[in-house]
Amino acid sequence: MTSKPRTLYEKIWDAHIVETRDDGTSLIYIDRHLVHEVTSPQAFEALRVSGRTVRRPDLTLAVPDHNLPTTARRDGAGQPIPIADPESAQQLAALTRNAPEFGIRLIGDADVEQGIVHVVGPEQGFSLPGATIVCGDSHTACHGGLGALAFGIGTSEVEHVLATQTLLLKQSKTMEVRVDGQLGPGVSAKDVVLHICGVLRASGGTGYVIEYTGSAIRDLSIEGRLTISNMAIEHGARAGLIAPDDKTFAYVKGRPYAPKGAEWDAAVAWWTSLATDPGATYDKVVVINAADIAPSVTWGTSPEDVLPITGVVPAPESFEDPSKQDAARKSLDYMGIEPGMRLTDIEVQNVFIGSCTNSRIEDLRAAAAVLKGRKKAANVRWAIVVPGSGLVKQQAEAEGLDRIFLDAGFEWREPGCSACLAMNPDKVPAGERCASTSNRNFVGRQGPGARTHLVSPAMAAAAAVTGKLADVRTLA
Amino acid sequence: MEALREVSGRAIPFGRKNVDTDVIIPAHWLKTITRDGLGRGAFEALRSDPDNLFDSAEFKGSPILIAGDNFGCGSSREHAAWALLDLGITAVIAPSFSDIFSGNAFKNGILTVVLPQEAIDRLMDVAQTDPVSIDLESQTVTTPFQDRFTFEIDPFRKHCLLNGLDEVGLTLARGEAIAAYENKSKGETPWLAHGTGEAA
Repeated sequence: MTSKPRTLYEKIWDAHIVETRDDGTSLIYIDRHLVHEVTSPQAFEALRVSGRTVRRPDLTLAVPDHNLPTTARRDGAGQPIPIADPESAQQLAALTRNAPEFGIRLIGDADVEQGIVHVVGPEQGFSLPGATIVCGDSHTACHGGLGALAFGIGTSEVEHVLATQTLLLKQSKTMEVRVDGQLGPGVSAKDVVLHICGVLRASGGTGYVIEYTGSAIRDLSIEGRLTISNMAIEHGARAGLIAPDDKTFAYVKGRPYAPKGAEWDAAVAWWTSLATDPGATYDKVVVINAADIAPSVTWGTSPEDVLPITGVVPAPESFEDPSKQDAARKSLDYMGIEPGMRLTDIEVQNVFIGSCTNSRIEDLRAAAAVLKGRKKAANVRWAIVVPGSGLVKQQAEAEGLDRIFLDAGFEWREPGCSACLAMNPDKVPAGERCASTSNRNFVGRQGPGARTHLVSPAMAAAAAVTGKLADVRTLA
Repeated sequence: MEALREVSGRAIPFGRKNVDTDVIIPAHWLKTITRDGLGRGAFEALRSDPDNLFDSAEFKGSPILIAGDNFGCGSSREHAAWALLDLGITAVIAPSFSDIFSGNAFKNGILTVVLPQEAIDRLMDVAQTDPVSIDLESQTVTTPFQDRFTFEIDPFRKHCLLNGLDEVGLTLARGEAIAAYENKSKGETPWLAHGTGEAA
């Protein structure tokens, strides 16, 4: 196409241009579309009202996740257990009705493949490297861990993709976030991305697509890379990308919707060719030393409010920006903590292990490794593990992880988004604190008045055992 | 979508930074299957304070919201745009917006105006007592005190907003170009064309 060296993002972008308009926007083809029950009903309704059809039903996959209770869904006789919340039930019913009506494959609540869309997509091989992937959910950035250009869209765009299989987009600026060196003991992918949120702040990535590079990123497993890319949106970037490599190919190979036979070889050759060219430049480069990253935890109500677990709660005056000082004051007030408090002195009453950020098998293994032979502290009232999909749950049970969690005093649940955003019955009570492996510590995110501290799965397990935010390295 | 040429009236001097979509419309309001009625849940936590700006005699029903940096960050929920519309807000002025929110706002006929912080500070002052006017054609924000701030807007978005155009309809008219792309990519990256169609 052009001899100019290009970045991974630019190559995927160029390969998906249907046409470019005079004003610089491009009609971009969308290879994969995931829909869930929350952001799709109004899109299907709009199609129905205007008499429009779905252009390529085979490129959309529907999976309910946000509203589903994580308690049993079938009774002893295999009959569906009704969902208590009528609004949740209505939204789930709408998806169950809309998907077949428009010819879209639905993975239903009773299917073992059901789970959080961002876990299911990669797991089924539906999400592929080099593909453009969208979903009406900001954590769609997650799939960038495979080297896909993946981003969240609103409901009008869901309708646009259903009707046209394209989106009208303006090319983003490019940013490289390079993490050089090796991660220390107890430091996971989640700590890396929390650290990046602290460096870039909540809006530092706005207008950019970020490519995460460097040896610390390369060394991560695919699941770790999905965790990193998942939270690109938490520093404002619409999409995150990690170049596909042999680990990626090994992860994708053999999955139900992955390419097979001769197409597999052609796909690997194409995916390999997508790597950023030597000499390609990014609009911005941020370099982070892996050795500077500690097990991390958030103290406030924005993912940028992050500190090493060894730190203390900051004083609002310590921030230069007056509006940040004000925000910090409000955050501390909401969180019920005081400047100068050691983070490891903060007691938690709840622990949530789950979400599209941290509910894959490696996340559960990391948490179980800390919990093995231990029990949750007496002050931890509620501790739950919500696997990212039925298949993750099955795998964990085959490895005996469910026993470790149950023995430690955790509840072992059915897959879904759960307490990450509290749209289903899993909520953190007002005024209580939760060590959570999810992605957002916003005001009221885990329930009205709930106080969230974002952590890695191992750190969540450490918090459960000690009853406080804890440095997992001290539990080894 | 209704055409939008100008928005004039009282502007809510909100001014907060990093207003996330959970603040604009909390998750428990997302369980609707229609676009209507979300104004009741808009800024719910803030509006539990009886002295809040949104429900004050002075600002209730105002068509313009003035906010701080990174407005609309967080989730992709379009409900945030629907909630603002239902409150009567058709324009938001801020130093920056999250990408997803500004796209959602545009698709619902809400104008997002990006102005530097100095201009925001001035408008916040004016808004305490006087109205603000936004003219899309000339891309200006003016006040009764001869303030005049110009803003940038994507030409395509401007065209669509001024004429109330439906983006899906516009793209459907490009069906041949889309089909041509599909044919080409079927040759180059055939595995991407399969989707769920050929699953085991």
